[in-house]
Amino acid sequence: MKGNRPVNLDMGQVLAVNLKSPVAIASILHRITGVLLFLCMPLVLWLLDRSLASQTSFDLMVQQVRDSFLIRFVLWVFTAALWFHLVMGIKHLLGDMGVAEGLQSGRMAATIALVVSAIGIIASLFWIMV
Amino acid sequence: MRSATGLTGSGSRDWTVQRISAVVLMLYTIIVGGWLLTHQATYTEWWAFMMHPVMKVFSLLAILSLGGHAWVGLWTVLTDYVTKQQMGGKASGLRLVMQALMILAVIAFTVWGFRIFW
Repeated sequence: MKGNRPVNLDMGQVLAVNLKSPVAIASILHRITGVLLFLCMPLVLWLLDRSLASQTSFDLMVQQVRDSFLIRFVLWVFTAALWFHLVMGIKHLLGDMGVAEGLQSGRMAATIALVVSAIGIIASLFWIMV
Repeated sequence: MRSATGLTGSGSRDWTVQRISAVVLMLYTIIVGGWLLTHQATYTEWWAFMMHPVMKVFSLLAILSLGGHAWVGLWTVLTDYVTKQQMGGKASGLRLVMQALMILAVIAFTVWGFRIFW
């Protein structure tokens, strides 16, 4: 038994199975958005720093955000990732308390969380980018 | 064996840190995000809100929570994917370098955050 384990599946097989599962999609995106949030932290800390330092730095920061598509885009990525991560985090904490842990209830919870996330992400696109 | 690069050296303690910090960050996100959504913020209003003593303490707690939460979360991601099984022989060294960079970034973010609110 031991000799042929562990078996490493190739990425094609892994994706073929997991892309059909809302639970798996929610899980991997929870991880990806966590990494994205970490990578966005320098921009967010900079915005927080400049927005609170003085009236002058606040005005300059507002102008820089207005003028720069890149800053607004990264800010939108941060906001979208934060919303997704928050919704999935609440689902995860509820799961820790025994809510929606079954196969069917877990699929249902993941599907609902994905829909709620998608709505927020689209809304944040209009809030920040438009 | 205890992990040398995890946050607390204990899986169950890391697990607990992840949950407590998650709740702090959830409340902080809802309160600050909710304020931003309901205000066309001027500098004076924004400063008065964020520099209120209660919000200052809350912000410092959120920064500490962010550090712990990111450390545990990224440690988990790195030890799951940057492995010999996934990436071959060089993975262990690469993982150690990435973990070290992650820990340094967590410390830098924490110091920066404290400088804003302290």
